[in-house]
Amino acid sequence: MIDYLLDPAHWTGPGGVGTLVGEHLFYTAVALAVAGIIGVPVGLYVGHTGRGTFLIAGFANALRALPTLGLVVLLVMVLAPVFASGLAFVVPSIAVLVLLAVPPIMTNTYAGVRAVDPAAVDAAVGMGLRPLRVLFSVQTPCAMPLILSGFRGATLQVISTATVAAYVSLGGLGRLIIDGRAQNDYDKMLGGAVLVAMLALLVDLTLGLLGRVAVSPGLRRHAQAAG
Amino acid sequence: MNFDWIGREADRIGELLVWHLGLSVIPVVAGLALALPLGWLAHRGRWFKSALLSAAGLLYTVPSLALFVLLPSVLGTKILDPVNVAVALTIYTVALLVRTVCDGLDSVPVETVRAATAMGYRSAHRLVAVELPVAVPVIAAGLRVAVVSNVSIVSVAALIGAEQLGLLFTQGAQLRFLTPIVVGIVLCLALALALDGIVVWLGRALTPWTAKAGAA
Repeated sequence: MIDYLLDPAHWTGPGGVGTLVGEHLFYTAVALAVAGIIGVPVGLYVGHTGRGTFLIAGFANALRALPTLGLVVLLVMVLAPVFASGLAFVVPSIAVLVLLAVPPIMTNTYAGVRAVDPAAVDAAVGMGLRPLRVLFSVQTPCAMPLILSGFRGATLQVISTATVAAYVSLGGLGRLIIDGRAQNDYDKMLGGAVLVAMLALLVDLTLGLLGRVAVSPGLRRHAQAAG
Repeated sequence: MNFDWIGREADRIGELLVWHLGLSVIPVVAGLALALPLGWLAHRGRWFKSALLSAAGLLYTVPSLALFVLLPSVLGTKILDPVNVAVALTIYTVALLVRTVCDGLDSVPVETVRAATAMGYRSAHRLVAVELPVAVPVIAAGLRVAVVSNVSIVSVAALIGAEQLGLLFTQGAQLRFLTPIVVGIVLCLALALALDGIVVWLGRALTPWTAKAGAA
C-alpha cells in the first residue's frame, strides 16, 4: 500500500491520484451546493412557520433506510439512456448524492430555527422587525451552528457515497478501490481506501474550522458560558 | 419487473436476506454492548468524555467502503470474510452509540439520581436499576438510527463481494436487469422498517411508565 502511494507514476496523469481527488471534491461540492439550495430554504420555511414538520421527519427517516448502492445502480440504469454518453453516469450519481445530502441539511436547518430562544424572536418582533428580517437577522444566525453541522454530516455522507458510485463508472477516489478489486490489486484498493479516509477526515476538519469562523461571536460566548 | 425471476431465485434471495439480517443485527448488539461501558465512562469523566467523543467522531468519518477495504489488513482476515463487514459496522455502531449513551445518562435528572441514592441504591446497582432505565428513550432513539443506517451500509459490502442483499444490486447492474435491484431495495427498506419497529417496541417495553405519560 505504501509502495502504491509512494510511486510517483500513480499520482499524475488522467487516472492519477491528483485527478481523482479533484473529481471527488468536485462531485462533493456540486452535490452539496444543489442540496443546500434545496434543503436550506425548505428547512428555514418549515422552521419559521412550523408547517410541514411531519413531512420533514418522515422524509429524513425514509431516506436513511434507502440502500445507497441500490439507489445509485437503479438511477443510473433508469436515467442513463436519457443523457448523452459523457453525462450518463455523472448526472444520476450526482442526483443520488443530492438526494442523500438534502435530509441532514434540511432537518438541521429546521431544528436550528426551532431551537432558537423564543425570547430572542419575541425581542426582535418587539423591536419592530418584519417576519423576513426576524428570519434572516435573528433566527438564521442563531441557527447557524446546527445548519453547519447539518452540512458537515451531509458532506461525510456524500464523500462516502461518491466512493461507492465509482461502481457505476463515476470518477473519484472510489475508482482505485473498484478497479483494484477488478484487477485483484489489493495494494491499489488499500491505497484508495487510505486516501478516501484521509480526504474525509481533512474535509471534515476543514468544515469544523470554517464553522468556528462562520458562527457569530455572540453565540460563541453564550455557548462557552453554557458549557 | 420479472416475477418469474423472483420465484426462481426465491431460495437464493432468502439466503441473502438472512445474511443481511445477521450482518445488520449482530453489529448493533455488539456495538451496544461496547458502547454502554464506554458511554458510562464518557458520562463520568470530563476529560475522558472529549477524548472518547472525538475518537468516535473520527471513526465515524471513515467512509464505509474504505473501512471494508482497510479492515482485512488490520485484522489479518481475507477480504471476502464477512467478519470484516461485521467489525466495520460494529465500529460505526459504537462510534454512534457512545455519544448517545453518554447523552442518555446525562439526561437523567439529578433529583432522580439523588432520590435513588437516598433510597439506598449504591453506584453500580443505581446505574443498572435507575439511571440506565431512565436513559432508555434516548439510547433507543440512537439505536434506531444505528440499526436503520446499518441495513443500508451493509449493502455497500457487495462491492467487495460479501454475501447479503447488496449482491442483488451488483447482479442487476452486471446483467442490466432491473428486477433484482428493485427486489433488493424493497427488501432492504422492509428489513430496516421491521428492525426499527422492533427497537421502538423494545424501548417502549423497557419503559412502561412513558406510555402512561404519553396517554395522559
